[in-house]
Amino acid sequence: MSVNVYWEDVEVGQEITNWSRKTDFMHWNRYAAVNDEFVYIHMDDVAGRAALNEQGAFGMGNLRFAYLHNMLRDWAGDEVQVRKLGCQYRAINQKDDVLTCVGTIVAKRVENDEHLVDLTVDVKNQEGQSTAPGEATVALPSRNGD
Amino acid sequence: MTTESETLVTQDLIERKGKFSEPKVAPPIALSDIRKWAIAVYWPDEPPPMYWDEDYAKTTRHGSIIAPLDFNPFAWPVHREPVPAARASADGAGIGTRGMNGGQTEEYFEPMRAGDVISTTTGLTEWVERTTRLGPTLFTTTETRWTNQNCELVKVRKSIGIRY
Repeated sequence: MSVNVYWEDVEVGQEITNWSRKTDFMHWNRYAAVNDEFVYIHMDDVAGRAALNEQGAFGMGNLRFAYLHNMLRDWAGDEVQVRKLGCQYRAINQKDDVLTCVGTIVAKRVENDEHLVDLTVDVKNQEGQSTAPGEATVALPSRNGD
Repeated sequence: MTTESETLVTQDLIERKGKFSEPKVAPPIALSDIRKWAIAVYWPDEPPPMYWDEDYAKTTRHGSIIAPLDFNPFAWPVHREPVPAARASADGAGIGTRGMNGGQTEEYFEPMRAGDVISTTTGLTEWVERTTRLGPTLFTTTETRWTNQNCELVKVRKSIGIRY
C-alpha cells in the first residue's frame, strides 16, 4: 500500500504537491476515446469559434476534473479517500495550455471517526490564470489508525 | 438580467424541474475499461498500479482494483439519446442552443470496481438566468445519484450546465 501523507502531518495553510500537464489534441482525443466525448467544440476549430472561442477547439472540463482527482491521489497516496470534490469552469482550456492543479489545506477535522482535510483547489494555466476553482474534502490515514 | 422575450427558460424546463428520471443502467464495468480510463487521464505518464495491478491493489485498503472516482461507466452506449443540434454539427447554432459544462461537485461513497453495474437517476433541480459576455445565459443544476448493483450509493453529482 502507498501512504504518502498522514492526517497528523499536514497543517492548515499547507500547499499540496502540484500536478501538471501540457494539453493538446493527444490528451483530449484520448480522453474523448474513453469518455465517448466526441463533441465538435473539442475536435474542430470551426466549431470552437462558432462557440465563441476565437482560438478554436478547446479542452473538456471533465478532463480538468480528472486532473484534480489525480493531484489529490498522487499527493496523498492510495489510502486516501476523496469524499467530495467540486469545481467551476471559469476559463477555457486552450490547445497547448500547461495546466497545473494546485491545492491548499484550509481545515482539518475528525468526523465520524474519519480524519478529514478540507482544501481549496484550482487548475491554473501557464499564465497563472484560475480556470477551475473549487473545493475538496479527503479522508487521510491516521498514525493512530483509522 | 435577460428580458422576458430573451429568456432561455422553456416550458419543458419548467415541467422537468424536480422530477427524477427512471433509472438508467450501465453495462458491467470491465477491468479493461478502468485501465484505459486511467491511461487516458494520466497520459503521457504511466497510471498508478491501483488501476491496473490486482496484486498491488490487494495490499491497499480497497482490496482490489478500483476505478478512478471520475470514471464513467455510461460511456459508449449502444442506444443513444438524440444529440442537440449545436452538438451535432461543427457549425454551432443560435442563441440558447450552444452549451458548455459549467462545473460539478461530486460526493463519493462506495468505490466502483470491475463487475459493478451502476445505475443513475437524474433530475433538474434549479436554474439561474443572467446576461454574461456570451449574451443571455442559462445556468442549470442537475443532480445525478449513482448506485451499484447492491443498491449502495456510489456518488452524488451536482453538475452545472451552461446554455447561451
